Amino acid sequence: MAVLMALPIGMVVWFSLQNNVITNASPQFVGLEHYLEIFADAQFHAALKNTAVFVLASVAAHLVIGLAFAMLLNTRLLPHWVKTIFRTIFVLPWLLTVAIVAVLWRLILNPNGVFNYLLVSTGLIDAPREWLADPNLALFAVVLINIWCGYPFFMISLLAGLQGISADLYEAASVDGAGPIRAFFSITIPQLRPIIISMTLLDLIWTSHQFTLIWMTTGGGPLDRTELLSTYTYKLAFSQYMFSAASASAVVVLVISAVLAFAYVRHQRARD
Amino acid sequence: MTTTTVTRTSAAVEQSRPRRQLSTAGRRRIAVALTLAGLIVGALFAGAPVLWMVFSSLKANPEIFAYPPQLITENSSLAPYLAILNDSRQLRFFLNSYVVSLAVAGLTLLVAVHAAYAFSRYDFPGKSIINIAVISVQAVPPITLLIPYFGLVVALGLYNTYPGLILTYMVFTLPYAIIMMTGYFNTLPRELDEAARVDGTSSFGALWRILIPIAIPGMVSVGMYTFMIAWNEYLFALTLTRTDDMRTVPIGIQLLMGQHSYDWNQMMAMSVLGSLPVILLFIFFQRYFIGGMTSGSVKN
Repeated sequence: MAVLMALPIGMVVWFSLQNNVITNASPQFVGLEHYLEIFADAQFHAALKNTAVFVLASVAAHLVIGLAFAMLLNTRLLPHWVKTIFRTIFVLPWLLTVAIVAVLWRLILNPNGVFNYLLVSTGLIDAPREWLADPNLALFAVVLINIWCGYPFFMISLLAGLQGISADLYEAASVDGAGPIRAFFSITIPQLRPIIISMTLLDLIWTSHQFTLIWMTTGGGPLDRTELLSTYTYKLAFSQYMFSAASASAVVVLVISAVLAFAYVRHQRARD
Repeated sequence: MTTTTVTRTSAAVEQSRPRRQLSTAGRRRIAVALTLAGLIVGALFAGAPVLWMVFSSLKANPEIFAYPPQLITENSSLAPYLAILNDSRQLRFFLNSYVVSLAVAGLTLLVAVHAAYAFSRYDFPGKSIINIAVISVQAVPPITLLIPYFGLVVALGLYNTYPGLILTYMVFTLPYAIIMMTGYFNTLPRELDEAARVDGTSSFGALWRILIPIAIPGMVSVGMYTFMIAWNEYLFALTLTRTDDMRTVPIGIQLLMGQHSYDWNQMMAMSVLGSLPVILLFIFFQRYFIGGMTSGSVKN
């Protein structure tokens, strides 16, 4: 099992240090040349920046929406069956294959689509926009889609966490005169903290791996505005057949994930 | 939850004053209304796009962008579904997805059950390796593995074949499955299989005759989780297959997008058909599903 992970990683590092792997029968060792090459590439810089914006905005929104929905679902004011129905609806976006999410939102965000209709008819914008083709809007649009399909994972874990908080804590707080807002910040958040940190780190890792959504909505365009490290790497390898440069880029992506994974593992250890 | 506690305590304090109890009931009603309003707004956010997909899949293609938008149009019918179901190329995508996903789920379970039994019942020097493998699967970017796997799959002659996809997916599903099944076996008392072994059954027999029948709920949850991973996968399916007879549904939907001049109704019909297996699994086995999700991510 470990071999199936370690071997490919070793291979990709080895590829990145050579010239013309896979396409060339006898590749030459070129050291760090490919790393210098991509570090000097403006497109790589754009991808790095877009990935940071995409990931941070998505994860922050996943956390806020996931927590809000989890708290709504955790209410004791409504019967169980009502909550089950709403929970099923809330999980729906996460059950759809990302490829399907991408096609569905291309329909919704179409210039003639229902999203533009709603915004124009409520007066929020004056004319329909090309959400996925406008260089100034495309990154916002893919973040919006990613928020929609990614929050349920947070929600489910936070809901499990909320159900684990003892009601005695809240009762003690209200006896001490704490209102709902005070209780939220003094009880709910501290109690959920371990789950919030774990889920945030995992979501940072996973969102930074997002490929399908971008590939099927914008393909990284327009003008590289939605190019992420994953699509940048994929294009190097499978559009331009520069497998060595792609491997170097893939190693950079790996290092970023490894740093986050290290933080995640340390946090899990501290929890145990 | 907070509001309830507050209401309850004030109710207890003010029990002697019936006039104020009315206002407590009133406050409770307001809290219920606010919660319901929040839930409905959330349901619109989550559910409206899905509803739009379903209703669009029934429209005639020229009606897709009708102005103003309508849920049900004059020519709404099942025709887009019939078009997909009568097209052998599209059906092949579904067949491929089912073959690959069911094979991944079945084979993963078969391997995971045996590995988990060993991990749960015997002391193993390599136990911590499986934890490392699980974290690696969560953390290593698929794009990083894609290039070497592409090289390996081509070198092994598995490019554009079912086994190439199935084996690749199992690398991702097995660590989860083993961890989840080990956790499940750990909750089953050792006395069960030890009693069987005293009666002369082999350890293999004890697993199959005693443990597996009572581990069905755990296996259902692992099976669904792996099925879903395989069913939804896109990047490796895109790269490791080349011809239509090996493509899976997520790629098929993309091909539908490029090929015709955007038959949105058929694309939506295919999306609905492609979403159904996972949504139905979720609705029928919600409890296992959520247990699997949380144990797969947070608890390991």
